[in-house]
Amino acid sequence: MMRSLIALGLVAAACSGGADSPSTVRLMTHDSFEMTDDLARFTERTGIQVQLITGGDAGEMLSRAIITKDNPVADVVFGIDNTFLGRALDEDIFDSYTPSAIDDLRPGLTEGTEGKVTPIDFANVCLNYDKAGLAEAGIEPPVRLEDLVAREYAGTLVVEDPSLSSTGLSFLLATIAQFGEGGWQDYWRGLRDNGVEVAAGWEQAYYGSFSGGSGTGERPIVVSYASSPPVEVIFAAEPITEAPTAAVLDGCFRQIEYVGIVSGTDVRSEAEGLIDFMLQKEVQEAIPLNMFVFPALESAALPTEFMEHTALPADPVTMSLGDIDANRDRWIAEWIDIVLR
Amino acid sequence: MKKWAVAIPAAFLGYFFFYPLVTVLWTSLSGADTSIGDVLGNAGLRSVAWFTFWQAGLSTILTLAAALPAAYVVARYDFPGRGMFRAGVLVPFMLPTIVVAAAFVALWGPGGAVGFRIDNTVWAILVAHVFFNFAVVVRTVGTLWQHIDPRLEEAATMLGASRGEAFRRVTLPLLRPALAAAAAIVFLFSFTSFGIVLVLGGPTTATLEVEIYRQATALLNFEVAAVLAIVQLIGVVSILALYARFQDAAAHSLTLVPPRKPRPGPERRAVMVVVSASSAFLLAPLAVLVARSLQNSALGWRSLGGSTLTVSPISAVGNSLRFAAVATAIAMVVGLAAAATIAYRKTRSSRWFDALLMLPLGTSAVTLGFGFLVALDAPIDLRSWWMLVPIAHALVAIPFVVRLVAPVVRSIPPRLREAAAMLGASPAQIWRRVDVPIASPAALAATGFAFAVSMGEFGATAFTARPDAPTVPVAIFRLLARPGAIPFGQAMALSVMLMVITAAIVGGLDRARFGQLGRF
Repeated sequence: MMRSLIALGLVAAACSGGADSPSTVRLMTHDSFEMTDDLARFTERTGIQVQLITGGDAGEMLSRAIITKDNPVADVVFGIDNTFLGRALDEDIFDSYTPSAIDDLRPGLTEGTEGKVTPIDFANVCLNYDKAGLAEAGIEPPVRLEDLVAREYAGTLVVEDPSLSSTGLSFLLATIAQFGEGGWQDYWRGLRDNGVEVAAGWEQAYYGSFSGGSGTGERPIVVSYASSPPVEVIFAAEPITEAPTAAVLDGCFRQIEYVGIVSGTDVRSEAEGLIDFMLQKEVQEAIPLNMFVFPALESAALPTEFMEHTALPADPVTMSLGDIDANRDRWIAEWIDIVLR
Repeated sequence: MKKWAVAIPAAFLGYFFFYPLVTVLWTSLSGADTSIGDVLGNAGLRSVAWFTFWQAGLSTILTLAAALPAAYVVARYDFPGRGMFRAGVLVPFMLPTIVVAAAFVALWGPGGAVGFRIDNTVWAILVAHVFFNFAVVVRTVGTLWQHIDPRLEEAATMLGASRGEAFRRVTLPLLRPALAAAAAIVFLFSFTSFGIVLVLGGPTTATLEVEIYRQATALLNFEVAAVLAIVQLIGVVSILALYARFQDAAAHSLTLVPPRKPRPGPERRAVMVVVSASSAFLLAPLAVLVARSLQNSALGWRSLGGSTLTVSPISAVGNSLRFAAVATAIAMVVGLAAAATIAYRKTRSSRWFDALLMLPLGTSAVTLGFGFLVALDAPIDLRSWWMLVPIAHALVAIPFVVRLVAPVVRSIPPRLREAAAMLGASPAQIWRRVDVPIASPAALAATGFAFAVSMGEFGATAFTARPDAPTVPVAIFRLLARPGAIPFGQAMALSVMLMVITAAIVGGLDRARFGQLGRF
């Protein structure tokens, strides 16, 4: 029985694995990846099969890529973001590739990538607020990060733990970029004294503690995305015309997602083809409604139902990859001391 | 049969459990610049280890205290709705921890139904662990209790023992193996608790499992993660050593004592109190889930086939059923071979083998997931093989199969086999004609149990399932990762579907095992 099970297994592996046949690209992605229809079109056009490999969240995916460096489990990795890219470049897991569309991307996205990875999309981590909730409490919507330490905002904010959540980490980086290496600690002491709530992850913060939109909690302000308000409209239970929540467009952190070719792949040219495909206009234009992030290609039109309820922050906070990589662990440790201890 | 039976579980666990585990720990620690001493010297990490131990111990004690009355009542008394109660207690156990945690936040969290908050406290963790593990005690202890003749205790009291003494000297020693098994399983589940601690404990609480995840995936500090995984393993092995001491290798002849109707008066009132209090405790969080799935609109239900995820939520049900079927097949083949080994060899080593089979219950899903990635790349690259999902499920289900089947096989009187041999039957024939018919009801029950365990598994699945083939718990997790009423409604609707499917399976398996000797 066991022998036949193993035999069965080997046959199944040979059929489904297909890693050795040159026309299959193994693509590792994160949990929020939603491009299955696009990939089917890619296969139809090129004959190249795409096998999806689980990556978990951005940090988990990088862990997987590092730990399998000697015998990579994927040929292409999509979804490592700028909070982790510095570490990925240190570990030297990607081969250089410059797609021809690189000059058509929005300015600033390729900064620090050393030609190793290509930006595909970006999101903005911003404060979101519950319009009705704030109005009921007679509180003005915040317009800047500084507002939140004011007395009237006591007990209104919920954030994600930066040591467990990439959303939380992005917000911490936004505050550090905004208030500087010498000032962010005082800002967080102010938030702590104002009763900031810390949730394990985005799900718990948004659904569990936030009062706006589909949230079921009591706090009217949450750290989420600039794209959350339009998503509330698109996925509303009954059709609505106005978003129940809004994003504060000041002090947003720009989270960039990259794709890269793993060093030592046997399918280099197929991998390049996949990256070129991901930058094609039609694929880029489908990104907002599939993954609720913004396309990297500058000429990609943004869907109106999306843009009616949000906007691109005029001046998002950015930080160099080197700074993030050199200080991330220390900042998180300091944050834990200030906010949790 | 007997000789090669041990080879199946040994090979399976060896290749898919011990080999990945050892490889990942070795890889992470070799060439490390962090020494074990550095990690153990870190006060923060030491307090995480200490917290992990005491909350698991306390969870175990509280679960035993809360569930033993229900175990006794189910074993001894016949009351209206007994079958439903027995099946119902298993539903929380099968729910993915992320759903249990969400239900608890809905009850006891901000704006919750109860009116006061216990989220972000250790109480929330403890109560959730009791809720989650209630069934383990009721089923393990209750099933054995059913087979202990109350006349034994009556005889002791007639001979002058007090009721307390009779319980302590007669019933307790007979119950000991089941109590030890239940306590060990509850401890292991609480010891490696992840989702419940993450969501309910608040940002300042962490178990070793949470810390391993944080170190490995957020701080990318593999050495520290590996050291913590070793600390966790040491804890698990010491508990299992204790468990092995309490497992009685000797067979007790078991006779099923049919439950009787409680006498009117205080006895009936006591039974009613136990049943209704237990039901209220278990039903409240489930009721909240159902209410949310309905309130967050019929829309969640109507759109289950739709496309908020490119993989429709309903197709996740298909994936789950397919994985569960394969996982059950593997768990039965390996589990039955292991049960036979344990039952036929009444030696010290078989007791250790029994304890060893429980090890996967107490091993970090994160560690094993990384272990698969590091170890299973050669000679054939199995790392993205779909079978890894059912294999990981089978690792969790096998201990339950063994616990259900081994006691039954062991209770088969040797003279039956001897008689068959004297009449000229070959060993294979004896096995087919004697053991299989007697053990098959318990095996049937184990089949359903393994199936349900697979349906609810989340930790290892999240690590191994391919993005285009999510199971129901993974789909729930992914739906909850985006805003909007429709995804939230779908997540709640899927949770309810999972509950219904689970309850149907458990109800079916209860009828199949009615009147059998299975000791869980």
